[in-house]
Amino acid sequence: MPSDVKMEKKVEVSKKEEKPVSNKITAGHVHLSGCTGCLVSVADNYNGLFKLLDDYVDWVYDLTLADVRHVPEMDVAFVEGSVCIQDHEAVEEIKTTRKKSKIVVALGGCAAYGNITRFARGGQHNQPQHESFLPIGDIIDVDLYIPGCAPTPQQIRNVAVMAYLLLKGNDDQKKLAGNYLKPLMNLAKRGTTACFCDLMYDVINQGLCMGCGSCAAACPVRAITHEWGKPQGQRDLCIKCGACYNQCPRSWYSFDVMNEFEGIMDIIDGAMK
Amino acid sequence: MGMELGKYKTCVSARSTDKEILKKAQDGGIVTSLFVYALENGIIDGAIVSGQGDRPWKARPYIATTKEELLAARGTKYNISPQISWLKEATRSYGFDKLGIVGVCCQMQALRKAQLYPVGMRDVPDKVALAIGIFCMENFPYKSIQQLVEDHAGQKMQAVKKMEIGKGKFWVTTERGNTIALPLKITHKYEQPGCHVCLDYVSNLGDISTGSVGSPDGWSTVFVRTKKGEETWNKAVGAGLFETKPIEQVKPGLELVTKLANEKITKNKKHIEERATFGVNKGLRNPYI
Repeated sequence: MPSDVKMEKKVEVSKKEEKPVSNKITAGHVHLSGCTGCLVSVADNYNGLFKLLDDYVDWVYDLTLADVRHVPEMDVAFVEGSVCIQDHEAVEEIKTTRKKSKIVVALGGCAAYGNITRFARGGQHNQPQHESFLPIGDIIDVDLYIPGCAPTPQQIRNVAVMAYLLLKGNDDQKKLAGNYLKPLMNLAKRGTTACFCDLMYDVINQGLCMGCGSCAAACPVRAITHEWGKPQGQRDLCIKCGACYNQCPRSWYSFDVMNEFEGIMDIIDGAMK
Repeated sequence: MGMELGKYKTCVSARSTDKEILKKAQDGGIVTSLFVYALENGIIDGAIVSGQGDRPWKARPYIATTKEELLAARGTKYNISPQISWLKEATRSYGFDKLGIVGVCCQMQALRKAQLYPVGMRDVPDKVALAIGIFCMENFPYKSIQQLVEDHAGQKMQAVKKMEIGKGKFWVTTERGNTIALPLKITHKYEQPGCHVCLDYVSNLGDISTGSVGSPDGWSTVFVRTKKGEETWNKAVGAGLFETKPIEQVKPGLELVTKLANEKITKNKKHIEERATFGVNKGLRNPYI
């Protein structure tokens, strides 16, 4: 070896992994007809994902990340993608997920509202008959929605922390987490369709819009602009993800949660430290 | 009611010490001074302010990254500026890691919803460094302002030097020195309808919130509400940016702020109730849960 090359000190083999925290909740990712963008968003928490997996969540099922063939029992199932009703496997998988999970979360626009898969017409090699795709809420009861295309890493993080507090926290934390999750649980009861039209029907036509601009910022395809201070949607561009409606402060708004915004952000930051 | 002024750590009456800022400030120049200070001291990378749109006095959200741009946005425009529409863009296209934003009460609510429920606000929640809320009784569509100024006050929009609501009147002052005062009775019907379900008068969810009510002319009432707000406010006051007086020592003081806040909240709560029985066995939506 030439003398000017310094040999780096050999990295010590890291300490043996500590015993998993027994208090963790179990969760998994169920992949139906989606683009894996939702799962990428989970991963886009970067170090935050490791923190979640270290301290709060045992990730027990995930076709891409966990070596488990069949949907196991779990506390929270994050389902990505809609259900192709001509695909027997997919229909069975979502039914099994419902049976084996305490909480089923529709992760992302496709699982919650159909999103881009609403535009599917089938005819694709090698299963041209796979043409009808439904949001999971049309097949099973869903407990909670995380809308968005893709849902944001921070929204997933917030729900994960709150789900942990709801299942494992003290009474105060349970109450707080309950308040936080309630609007997202209400969404699961509200329905399985979404569109820019929701803003028209339930906000603008109802005399509630005050032109804050949230919808335009939330839209992943930049279909919304503001003319004379009010949202205009190019409806041909709309992919039906539900982000605009759900980001709008006049679609749903909880004073219990929002008035505590600083404390809640501290709790989430603290949980992720 | 008790919570009409929201949570706050301190409340003072304040005025900027920067003469240049005060020249065109609405009141005490609080927002402009704070953003200039925050920008120059690395607390923010830039701020979403309400700048000049494509018509005289038309507001539009504007991303300011220099003192000049901040100064250009001084003063209240009394029409809708969709501030939040640039929230994600500011952190992406502009690449801000530390964002400043000013907005009215509902926009502070929208901002906090964007942080707590970032449905479509990827990477936004952790990048808001300073949110300044403005007191707001109601806002107007641009066409309403045009109608008030041109039809009721009889002035050209481009001739207007300042618009102001205070002492029960809507004031229009022109560059040539005309002052027209319209009773608020006239302005009410032009208000933006969406404002009538709003239950916040003093931007309860800002890091700092400010407005003219409660302080003498040329001064502003300032609520410092959060840790972030307190940190920036204390630094700015320490750096001599503001003259301050304890709110207890100024007239009309918090009593008037509380009174107006309660008036707005009571009126709008009643409006929300009326909406519930708007039709025959049919009501209008209530967004609050």
